[in-house]
Amino acid sequence: MTISVAVPSRDSLGARLRGQLRNLAPLVTLVALVALFSSTSPSFATLANLSNVLQQVSITAIIAVGLTYVILCAEIDLSVASVANATGILVAFLTVQDASVNIPNLPLPGALAIAGGLLGCLALGAVTAFGVTRIGIPSFIMTLAMLQIGNGICALLVRGQIAYSVPPVLLTLGAGSIGPVPWIVVVAALVLLAGHLVLTYTRFGRYIYMVGGNREAAEHSGVGVKAVVGAALLICALCSGVAGMLGVAYFGSAQQNQFDNYLLDAISAVVVGGTSLFGGQGGIGNTIVGLLVLGVLNNGLDHVRMDSFLKILIRGLVLLLALVVNVYAQRLRAKYRSAV
Amino acid sequence: MGGPLLELRGISKRFAGVAALSGVDFSLRAGEVHGLVGENGAGKSTLMKIIAGVHAEYEGEMRLDGRPVHFRSARDARDAGIGMVHQELSTVPELSVAENVLLGAQPTRMGVVSWRRMRAQAQQQLDAFGIHVDPRVPVGSLPLGLQQMVELARVLLSGARIIILDEPTSALSPPEVERLFALLARLRDTGRSTVFISHFLDDVLRVSDEVTVFRNGHLVESARAAVVDKPWLIERMVGAGHERLGESHAGNMLLGERSNAPVVLEAEALAVPGLFEDVSLAVRAGEILGIYGFMGSGQLELARALSGKLPLGGGVVRVDGRTARLRGGTPAAKRAGIAFVPESRRAMLFALEPVYRNISIAILERIGRILLRPREERRIAEGHVQSLGIRPPLVDRPVGQLSGGNQQKVALARWLTHLPRVLLLSEPTRGMDVGAKDDVVRIVRGLRDAGIGIVVVSSEPETVLSLADRILVMRRGAVTREFAGETVSKDRLLAAA
Ligand SMILES: Nc1ncnc2c1ncn2[C@@H]1O[C@H](COP(=O)(O)OP(=O)(O)OP(=O)(O)O)[C@@H](O)[C@H]1O
Ligand SMILES: [Mg+2]
Repeated sequence: MTISVAVPSRDSLGARLRGQLRNLAPLVTLVALVALFSSTSPSFATLANLSNVLQQVSITAIIAVGLTYVILCAEIDLSVASVANATGILVAFLTVQDASVNIPNLPLPGALAIAGGLLGCLALGAVTAFGVTRIGIPSFIMTLAMLQIGNGICALLVRGQIAYSVPPVLLTLGAGSIGPVPWIVVVAALVLLAGHLVLTYTRFGRYIYMVGGNREAAEHSGVGVKAVVGAALLICALCSGVAGMLGVAYFGSAQQNQFDNYLLDAISAVVVGGTSLFGGQGGIGNTIVGLLVLGVLNNGLDHVRMDSFLKILIRGLVLLLALVVNVYAQRLRAKYRSAV
Repeated sequence: MGGPLLELRGISKRFAGVAALSGVDFSLRAGEVHGLVGENGAGKSTLMKIIAGVHAEYEGEMRLDGRPVHFRSARDARDAGIGMVHQELSTVPELSVAENVLLGAQPTRMGVVSWRRMRAQAQQQLDAFGIHVDPRVPVGSLPLGLQQMVELARVLLSGARIIILDEPTSALSPPEVERLFALLARLRDTGRSTVFISHFLDDVLRVSDEVTVFRNGHLVESARAAVVDKPWLIERMVGAGHERLGESHAGNMLLGERSNAPVVLEAEALAVPGLFEDVSLAVRAGEILGIYGFMGSGQLELARALSGKLPLGGGVVRVDGRTARLRGGTPAAKRAGIAFVPESRRAMLFALEPVYRNISIAILERIGRILLRPREERRIAEGHVQSLGIRPPLVDRPVGQLSGGNQQKVALARWLTHLPRVLLLSEPTRGMDVGAKDDVVRIVRGLRDAGIGIVVVSSEPETVLSLADRILVMRRGAVTREFAGETVSKDRLLAAA
């Protein structure tokens, strides 16, 4: 039977825009925020302030890369900030501290201390991955437990104290700069780039999307779903660990609870950027936009001199709005579903 | 019977600029069963989704009881007394059977859902329909056929005046189909109208008062079912100038002699507690083994266990004489050379991903170990789309936009590039039109001739008869009978099940 299939003419503009809601809404938000703050505050739209914004989101960015992988798989990791904190403290614990710091620590050469930090966060990630993929604990619960475990490790290592020294390399990468550009921004950009390249151009990246898109179908295609989810959780822990080590240098100290804001920030960045909470849709590009939206919002609110308590509420409202868009975009997607 | 209850005039619907329906006039009388037939992609589901409020954007007008209506949502349509059973199940797998049966109509006491009344009411509805399941279990844990029954129960007993059934029997075995038909007759007697879409033309002719044929987005012709026959339908479905296939498999089939090619798949004493026990079988290279049983006899689960999806309780599986360690799940089965196409499209396709990615997913590691090669993926997919006649032949389309039968072909295409040793097919022709079924038969026979071992499990006698070289019959989780080297008919098969 012969059917001549007309080459699809363009969709109506409205339909195309609606299909792109997930990607367009965050961009529009970003542009609107930049326009708003630029017009209300002369100090906002300056090169120096751009550098500020970028610096402020860098640590969140590194964590958000790992989190993007996990959320694309339709899982969640609530332990990112806690793993970052534990790793940062572990590195400080393995570094010679000033005599005034009264922690029974275990000084090692800088390279070994960093290796120890990396191993530490990978070990935590491996426990999470094991619990989620082998035992079958929902990631929401498993990482909640890991959040507490990470906090416990922090508490045991520093015992309420504050450590200040980290290996010199970390100090450079976390707090130094090349010319006008802070190293931490460069590192964050590289991590984002690597995260994007792996997601877009490798087989593993494709598996991440397919597992998130339809886990059962991925399984029926012979994809090692557990291995993919486990790897995403490991990558997330590694990103958190790296962020934690650099964060300690960036803050100039290692202490308990210093990363607490980063859990919500990193999740917000991923979700505000439009990556689907239900998996399979989105990517690092979305996360970058989400990071900038949050960064501009936080920074801009400072420039318009606003009640800092109101700021907290505003951030909550922005997150709520992003969730609404996210779920609405999902509903549009479900329309296709009805056909399968 | 009075004037039309529902009347559609000049209905057109386009998806992304491509016409799915063009100027369709359709009417449904009160108290009639109206059969709808047409090839895959003819537009049957699309028209019904317009009536049921799923597609709110279309051209043309719809009148219910003579009054113009335009449904914006499925809820609007439901409130107007229109209920639809979708081709792909729309039950909610996580919810219990009871919740699914009463979805949207849960009994409440002072605003709070009354669980006890809900269970009792659901149980009553299910009993009325002759379904015996515990209303408390999640629907997702039931086999596909029972899920379909649950969904049917929900819509049939919802009190809707117009009931649309889009391929309701595709996962049912003959006794359930009979029960459904009896119920349709009862509904008709109470003045309800039913639209019945099916690729089983005999069934359509049997239960319908009126039949309508669709082709390529057009309504070709409507006629009284009593005055037409199957060739009449096929002629209109396929279009003029095509003398295609009568019915090849309704009659007797002569099965081949047992071959003596080497055994590729050997299973010994397989068991999954509660589903099947002590099942042994062997499939030779270049052989198609059919496994037939009524719904719930364990044959679908057997296929899932062989694919590594369902953990085995006991037994050994060997491929080419080597033990396959199926504990490792589907990746292990794939490494051992076993490929599986499950019966549910929801479980095998990535609706939002383009066709080419749905095809390449199983062979990515062969295309590039680390890096993707999208151009190569597209090239391979284009080859399959051509050779399988997938329409529209666009590999960048999200697969969710294809019609049911074309989706099925995409799922099959996944395993055609690098042949597995063993191919497990669960209900491979489910929801396909006559022509597409023949395509699948041709493809599967081609694979057999290429020397792989094929297992076809189905609760549809025609599917097994049209494909198999040898047939095992399962009943209640055990193999009860083997047919080989003899003539079998549908009757003998049913009698053995
Ligand atoms: N959501 C959608 N987006 C784009 N195109 C679609 C969508 N749904 C259906 N189509 C297209 O519309 C046409 C008619 O599809 P429809 O599902 O109505 O066919 P059908 O007659 O029900 O076929 P089948 O017997 O295979 O179920 C097909 O070409 C299909 O690809
Ligand atoms: Mg259909």
